[in-house]
Amino acid sequence: MVTNMSERKTSVLRAAFLRSVPVMAGYVVLGIGFGILLRGAGYGVLWALAMSLLIYAGSMQFVGVSLLSGGASLLTAALTTVTVNARHLFYSISMIGRYQNARYKPYLVFALTDETYSILSDGAAPEGVDPDRYRLLVSAFDHVYWVTGSVLGSLLGSVLPFPTQGIEFSMTALFLASFTEQWLKTRDHVPALTGLLGTLACLLLFGARSFLIPAMLLITLVLTLLRGRRKGAAE
Amino acid sequence: MNLGHSAALVAVMAAVTMLLRFLPFLIFCAGKPIPPYVAYLGEVLPAAIIGMLVVYCLKDTAVAAAPHGAPEALAALCVVGLQAWKRNSLLSILSGTVVYMLLVQVVF
Repeated sequence: MVTNMSERKTSVLRAAFLRSVPVMAGYVVLGIGFGILLRGAGYGVLWALAMSLLIYAGSMQFVGVSLLSGGASLLTAALTTVTVNARHLFYSISMIGRYQNARYKPYLVFALTDETYSILSDGAAPEGVDPDRYRLLVSAFDHVYWVTGSVLGSLLGSVLPFPTQGIEFSMTALFLASFTEQWLKTRDHVPALTGLLGTLACLLLFGARSFLIPAMLLITLVLTLLRGRRKGAAE
Repeated sequence: MNLGHSAALVAVMAAVTMLLRFLPFLIFCAGKPIPPYVAYLGEVLPAAIIGMLVVYCLKDTAVAAAPHGAPEALAALCVVGLQAWKRNSLLSILSGTVVYMLLVQVVF
């Protein structure tokens, strides 16, 4: 019985680790980039550790470096954070059903980054593993990669053993693989196409600096208008 | 550099990020049934958001200048093709990334 229990724990640990591996390269490398940048602005390893542990939002932390070095006001920092991270509202709304009664919910919600979201939003935990523990472990593995990268970057500076140019594509690849997988698994491709084409339209219309919020509004609007369509199809 | 102000900035960034992540869960608190509209959004949003993130990641691709986004397009094709063929995310992601790194470091 005891072996059985520990075997099950190992298998959930293994499943979560394997699922989180694709995030590892991207997070460690981006984290290193963040650590280097922060050190360049005059903030050492404790700052890197604190920011990656507590904020845990990649693009916001890069923006945060310039807020820190420019001595921004607290109000500016708050408004910038709302703009850069508004998409997290969106992720949480879509996870309400799945996370509502989950164990470890506070940590799961805290650690819901873009990458963790893309891994966990399909709702499927591998067969035979405890879904709550699986989600906890995937979230925690990703968090550890990010913190480790940031600390390494701060400590090692720009001394890296191999040329890493282009490694940031691992994030794009992660989202592309998730997109393809969910496309193959579902019959209704309207939501996926709405997200892809709606965002593309907003990128062309509003430019690369400010398209994300219009895109989120447009996607929500289109999917809301299409709600009757799905209802009709289901009945 | 003012340490106190810097610490306050980090605290504000952390608190606002946390607030954004928790707000929807605070509004629809445990025990109450989830409104059908929100349940519907939970069903359709994930696919749309992943599509949004794909575009978000590729937003800075220089399509106008040479090589006209060719490394991105080829590596993306590799990821999508491998995923459709083998259905193994780790394999598609690592292969696509290596292809992209080779393309930007060696070829283009």
